[in-house]
Amino acid sequence: MNAPLRIGFAFRLALRESRHGFRRVGVYMVSITLGVAALVSIHSFRDDFARSVQEEADVLMGANARLSDDKPFGEEITGVIDSLEAAGVPAARVTTASTMVLAPTTGTVRLLQVRALDPGYPFYGVVTTSPAGRWGAHLEDGRVLVDPAVLTQFGVEVGDTLVIGLTRLEIAATVDDLPTDVAFQTAIGPRVHVSQATLDRSELLGFGSLARYEVFLKLPEVADRRAIRDRYGDVFSEARVGYRLAEEQAQSLANGVRFLGRFLALVGLAALLLGGVGVASAIHVYIREKRPGIAVLRCIGAGQGTAFLAYLLQAAWLGLFGAGAGVIVGVGLQKVMPWALAGILPVDVTTRFSLGSAAAGLGIGLWVAVVFALIPLLEVRDVPPLAALRQDFEAPRKRFDPLRITAYGLLAASVLLLCALEAPEPELGLGFAVALAVAAGLITVVGRALMGLTRRYFPTGASYPVRQGVSNLFRPHNQTISVTLALGFGAFVIGTIVQVEANIREDLTLSFGSGQPNLLFFDIQTDQIEGVRALLPEATRADADVTPIVTARIASINGRTPDDLRANSDRDARPESWALRREYRSTYRERLGGGERVVAGRWWDGDQNTEGGSNVGRREWSGISLEEGVAGSLRVDVGDTIVWTVTGVEIGTIVQSLRTVDWNRLEPNFFAIFEPGVLETAPQNIVMVARVEDAEERARVQRSLVGAFPNVSALDFSRVQEAIDAVLSRVRQAVAFLGAFSALAGIIVLIGAIATSRMQRLREGALLKTLGARRSQILTVLFSEYLALGSIATASGLVLAIAASAIVVPQVFEMDYTLRLGAVSMIWLVVVSLTVVVGLIGSRDLLRRPPLPVLREAPE
Amino acid sequence: MIVAEGLGKNYTSGGRPLPVLRSLDLEIASEAFVAVVGPSGSGKTTLLGLLAGLDEPSDGRVLLDGEDIFAMTEDGRAEFRVHNVGFVFQTFHLLPTLTALENVLVPIELKGKQVGAREHAEGLLARVGLGARFDHYPAQLSGGEQQRVALARAFANRPKILFADEPTGNLDRDTGASIVEMLEELNQEARTTLVLVTHDLALAERADRIVSLAEGRIASDRPGRDSARPIAVGT
Ligand SMILES: Nc1ncnc2c1ncn2[C@@H]1O[C@H](COP(=O)(O)OP(=O)(O)O)[C@@H](O)[C@H]1O
Ligand SMILES: [Mg+2]
Repeated sequence: MNAPLRIGFAFRLALRESRHGFRRVGVYMVSITLGVAALVSIHSFRDDFARSVQEEADVLMGANARLSDDKPFGEEITGVIDSLEAAGVPAARVTTASTMVLAPTTGTVRLLQVRALDPGYPFYGVVTTSPAGRWGAHLEDGRVLVDPAVLTQFGVEVGDTLVIGLTRLEIAATVDDLPTDVAFQTAIGPRVHVSQATLDRSELLGFGSLARYEVFLKLPEVADRRAIRDRYGDVFSEARVGYRLAEEQAQSLANGVRFLGRFLALVGLAALLLGGVGVASAIHVYIREKRPGIAVLRCIGAGQGTAFLAYLLQAAWLGLFGAGAGVIVGVGLQKVMPWALAGILPVDVTTRFSLGSAAAGLGIGLWVAVVFALIPLLEVRDVPPLAALRQDFEAPRKRFDPLRITAYGLLAASVLLLCALEAPEPELGLGFAVALAVAAGLITVVGRALMGLTRRYFPTGASYPVRQGVSNLFRPHNQTISVTLALGFGAFVIGTIVQVEANIREDLTLSFGSGQPNLLFFDIQTDQIEGVRALLPEATRADADVTPIVTARIASINGRTPDDLRANSDRDARPESWALRREYRSTYRERLGGGERVVAGRWWDGDQNTEGGSNVGRREWSGISLEEGVAGSLRVDVGDTIVWTVTGVEIGTIVQSLRTVDWNRLEPNFFAIFEPGVLETAPQNIVMVARVEDAEERARVQRSLVGAFPNVSALDFSRVQEAIDAVLSRVRQAVAFLGAFSALAGIIVLIGAIATSRMQRLREGALLKTLGARRSQILTVLFSEYLALGSIATASGLVLAIAASAIVVPQVFEMDYTLRLGAVSMIWLVVVSLTVVVGLIGSRDLLRRPPLPVLREAPE
Repeated sequence: MIVAEGLGKNYTSGGRPLPVLRSLDLEIASEAFVAVVGPSGSGKTTLLGLLAGLDEPSDGRVLLDGEDIFAMTEDGRAEFRVHNVGFVFQTFHLLPTLTALENVLVPIELKGKQVGAREHAEGLLARVGLGARFDHYPAQLSGGEQQRVALARAFANRPKILFADEPTGNLDRDTGASIVEMLEELNQEARTTLVLVTHDLALAERADRIVSLAEGRIASDRPGRDSARPIAVGT
């Protein structure tokens, strides 16, 4: 005879039992709520954003299609544009360049982006200015429109004058909202808007100046935009001109945000999984307390399966409840997000309830709750009926239990699968899952070790309440480890961020520090070198370092053209496309740079004939030195030949050496360096770096540059450092938010742990009171317990955080690591205070309730 | 009809086998009321657990109504209990999250859907004098009241055999006496076989038959003095 699975009975029992379970284990399910809320709101908002961006695609581009290049358009392209305009297609040119701008009233000079616009642009959307209605003023002679930040940076007002190149322009208004702006564009730096005619007159653009050339087209019919691609696609790609449709731009913007959203979703998932650990631990305690009841059920004749099912259903029911609450909170957050992020979002995002996201959140939450609950729930099967007769009876545990192994397998598979699904790429998700597991494992190990040390070395001379509080950590079923894991994880995330950021910041300060160049001039023409040098203070002129820049493209490698090379079907032998096609901004020089090291072959002054392949030493070819990485991408080595095109002229070279380059150094670095003697006559463009100690002097140099050399721009590194500092702060804020989120998940697990063990605590408190403990003594017990718990948990996370940043800072950022004890102590203080406060609030019943009713309610 | 043949149980303590029951033979006739007495540690609970199939013996076998219960799987024994066995425990063991009525309903519902289950359970509760306490939780009941709910629960699935392990052990004398009285009455009405473990000799005297255990053996087996019924021993 075999016991049938009594599903109906299990359902009824589960339903009745969960009336009570809700109060206690229910709190635990809030940790599921937090994770699900994060997932639902991120998923939904991601969809909202993608949809809104697509709906506003034309407004975001200001047109329907765009041609773009980083050099002036050639004849073929101008021809295409002319014929389109002749056919009645509205077109607007936009030229963007960085340049020095001077405000004569305040004497301030800054590097700004100048955008020269044709009338008509943008074709879609409304530009707001203040004073209102002044969009278009930039087309008038002698006028300029500026971003609001320009006014504050220069200390000027509307009506004041700006000097841009050879022109003096009156500020007509500020541009408060340009619908084509995407948040990060304005982050690059404020812009000024002028007409094409003004740009020409200013003479900002010299040969090889860094600038962006665009033509925007108004093509309301989708078919027309596609037709242009079909017809001229070859011409565009031949001329290396980009042709982009508004919907494509919107798509890639949406993809970017989707990618970001997926990273955030991983954080939500991590919170959910931490919640899962909490659920497992709560269910474990719950089942422990239910043992007598389960034993009675088994005595009365419930089979193992029926008893298990009754409790599995309870866990599922609670999981559903927690996840459902999460969906509601998540949808609420989704509605709030466009409002909270209004300043950052490029478009007005309209929210729409996403059934898919809600259902996915509900499903994932329920699944995580069940899969984590499963392992402790299996204990239900092992409760022997005999336990009803003998309280302390423990059935011997089976060593090999296929169901238990299956449950663990299911858990691991679920975590991997969820991470893989949520991550931007499956491999990343798997990596994340592994990293999560390793971090969780290490925090647990460190936590256990710290607990062991505390137990062993805690002073026996401490007063009784303190000893009692600390020893509470080791009480069975106190969930110390799961709380340690949850809180420690939060401390780990925050701790790592703070350490890494502090170290990067310090390193940056050093690299901008004394002795390093702090002023960079670019876009200098050959005949302007001495003139620019003359602007520098006498003492610094000699040390100013001049680097010529020549743009070169690869015509052939070892006699084979790029097209030929790309056709190679052998993946390992085929050069990477980006390296073949790119425009190499190269230089020529006699000496090896400070941050460079030759790793193969010889520098020019080495003995060439003893090195490498057969070609080395052929004097009709000049030498070239390649950066190691790019040589790998091109699949070339010392001795291979490369023919370059430099403004139409072909130059044959032999790879004579491979270099490593320290890209972190603030000086011009190059993939390819030519041997002196071949490029001197080619058209070139000069970069000069100098160090001018005095800030006032630096400002004077930059001011005098504006009038004298309109095409030359200067970059003041102290400004760059400010900008980097600002970006770092933002990144830190964003990541700190994620850390705070993990810590919140930890606190919720703590609250759950307190709720789950409430009965046990009440009983103990009542017992202590009966034995004559004063309120203050009980308070000391509680305080010691939570202080110790918080300290151990935080310390576990921080130990790991210090280890992680000591590895990450040198390995990933290639910087020296120094421990920041102040920051670490701050984190410890905050998390421990939170733990103590939450713990005391959660235990206030203990102090308040008289002992007798407690002992009656919770016997044993 | 309960038959134990050569029943033995050893525990290992400190690596050495500790015999708790030694080759014990016992037959209990249907509808009999048997008290098992003996000093603490004599093996009463062990015997009860084996007779009810809650634990496996080291030697011998147990036949309940002719079926060898240890030839069944554990779930098979559970299924047998659903239909045939009821329990009363020393510590009551009501499910704290269920009301009195729901506790009584558990064994009935375990058997599957039955018409009139609720009325049956309510009748039983009224029978033990808790007609007004259906919706009370165990924590809201006194020990005696809890044990009365447990009595009602024990009879709810109309068992053929009822096992009670020190049902009065946690109660004062008077309350304990009233519980045993109630147990006896219900037992007679339902014509159940009742095995009552107790160390209270006065209570045991109410049984038809008193089996005393000492050191894992039957030390004596005699009729109860107060028993109104004829002794039902043997086949
Ligand atoms: N799981 C066990 N392991 C070892 N010894 C046990 C175990 N359970 C019971 N015993 C021993 O078996 C003996 C009989 O116990 P028990 O049947 O509970 O006696 P009673 O119910 O008569 O007081 C006692 O000596 C007890 O210590
Ligand atoms: Mg006993």
